[in-house]
Amino acid sequence: MALSCVLEPALSGFNFENSTRNIVLENGSEEGKIKAPKPMKTGTTIAGVVYKDGVVLGADTRATSDEVVADKMCAKIHYIAPNIYCCGAGTAADTEKTTEILSSNLTIFSMNSGRNPRVVMAVNILQDMLFRYRGMIGAHLILGGVDCTGSHLYTVGPYGSMDKVPYLAMGSGNLPAMGILEDRFKANMDLEEAKSLVSDAIHAGIMSDLGSGNNIDLCVITKEGVDYIRPHKESPFNYKRQAKYKYKPGTTPVLTKTVTQVELELLDETVQMMETAGSS
Amino acid sequence: MNRHSFDSRVKGVSLGTTILAVKFAGGVIIGSDSRASMGGSYVSSKVINKLVQVHDRIFCCMSGSLADAQAITRAAKFQLAFHSIQMDEPPLVMAAASIMQELCYQHKEELSAGFITAGWDRKKGPQVYSVSMGGMLVSQPFTIGGSGSTYIYGYADAKYKPGMTREECQTFAVNALALAMGRDNVSGGVAHLAIISEKGEDMKEDADRALSQSRCVMGNSKAKE
Repeated sequence: MALSCVLEPALSGFNFENSTRNIVLENGSEEGKIKAPKPMKTGTTIAGVVYKDGVVLGADTRATSDEVVADKMCAKIHYIAPNIYCCGAGTAADTEKTTEILSSNLTIFSMNSGRNPRVVMAVNILQDMLFRYRGMIGAHLILGGVDCTGSHLYTVGPYGSMDKVPYLAMGSGNLPAMGILEDRFKANMDLEEAKSLVSDAIHAGIMSDLGSGNNIDLCVITKEGVDYIRPHKESPFNYKRQAKYKYKPGTTPVLTKTVTQVELELLDETVQMMETAGSS
Repeated sequence: MNRHSFDSRVKGVSLGTTILAVKFAGGVIIGSDSRASMGGSYVSSKVINKLVQVHDRIFCCMSGSLADAQAITRAAKFQLAFHSIQMDEPPLVMAAASIMQELCYQHKEELSAGFITAGWDRKKGPQVYSVSMGGMLVSQPFTIGGSGSTYIYGYADAKYKPGMTREECQTFAVNALALAMGRDNVSGGVAHLAIISEKGEDMKEDADRALSQSRCVMGNSKAKE
């Protein structure tokens, strides 16, 4: 049958080729043969809420590598389609790449079929891909978007599970954020209420979780368009450099200068003719 | 029957659950709780939907690993739709159950999900099939499954009588779910029920009619005798 997408047509049933590969890799790394590199985790708070006219997504902006903050202004709300955005928690590289792959596929699909992609299609593609990799891709995603069928918010887990919900928080800071959402979420909120709810939920995550911090990004998606507010709220603890750290040439005094001649001996000389066939 | 869904071994979100299905004259009632847990101590969703409509008059309820169960039901939905188009008629409940069983059995090493498939077809009327985690397929007049089912085997065996009416079956299902949710820590939330029967004379009419009722019962309502 003709499918209007570029993903390879799925063979019926499941493909577990990666399971054996994963077992080999895991056993290898225990014996020290293959040392898996330590991935940069986002240690994150992300949240999403469906409101009257669309979806509000929010995220903090801290990316950690163990105890060090690797990126203070990391963008965790990724573009998928003009009407679909995705917040990613988990391993930074995995969420980046997964969302990029999804975005390319959906763009090609909409060019081929002449239709705007639906959020549920993005979710299906993600589910297929993450399930195939058996949880090895550490991507915990919140997908939100508005399409012809309405406003939708989905969560996709790294093992390929999905759930459709009106409000959601993910990442290491999801417990405090969920507390705020559970307390104050109402169906059909208006824009300002929804933005302040998501912002407060992320703020709770930032305050109570070590892996989340810095600024808060918001993304408001409606039928009319997208408002990507980056940053919505800046951290009051942003460190501003007190002085310039660039030094003028000549700041360091030169004390001595020694020149050593390197004696080169010509050993062999060969000439190779180039095949420059000129026009006759 | 699914005795235990091994929650501690399931990675990711798990459906430690209570699911059941009961056959009555003219239809089936299929029901589940609505809790999804992670690691046995965190409820990741209080209102997850475990009843999946794989075809117009065939429903499946899931237990075990959420990712595996969702992947299996999606694959089954696809294969069943294709089969139905090829045959040019609605599929038999047996076909749906067999598809799930094939998937569970062929990949039993990698997957951990169990199902109850129930529905109505023109050949055999209402049917209930239990597809266990390893791929066993059994047809029964009623069946219970999931981790919470261990607490209601006695109740189910005592209360079930063949030839119950639809209302009696509904009460039986709701009470059984409520009792299991009351004792099992990984089952809870609300009880979802789907009542599937043949409705309407014209088989090609809008299939939503066949699903005559989908009810949601609050988890804290007491089991009525």
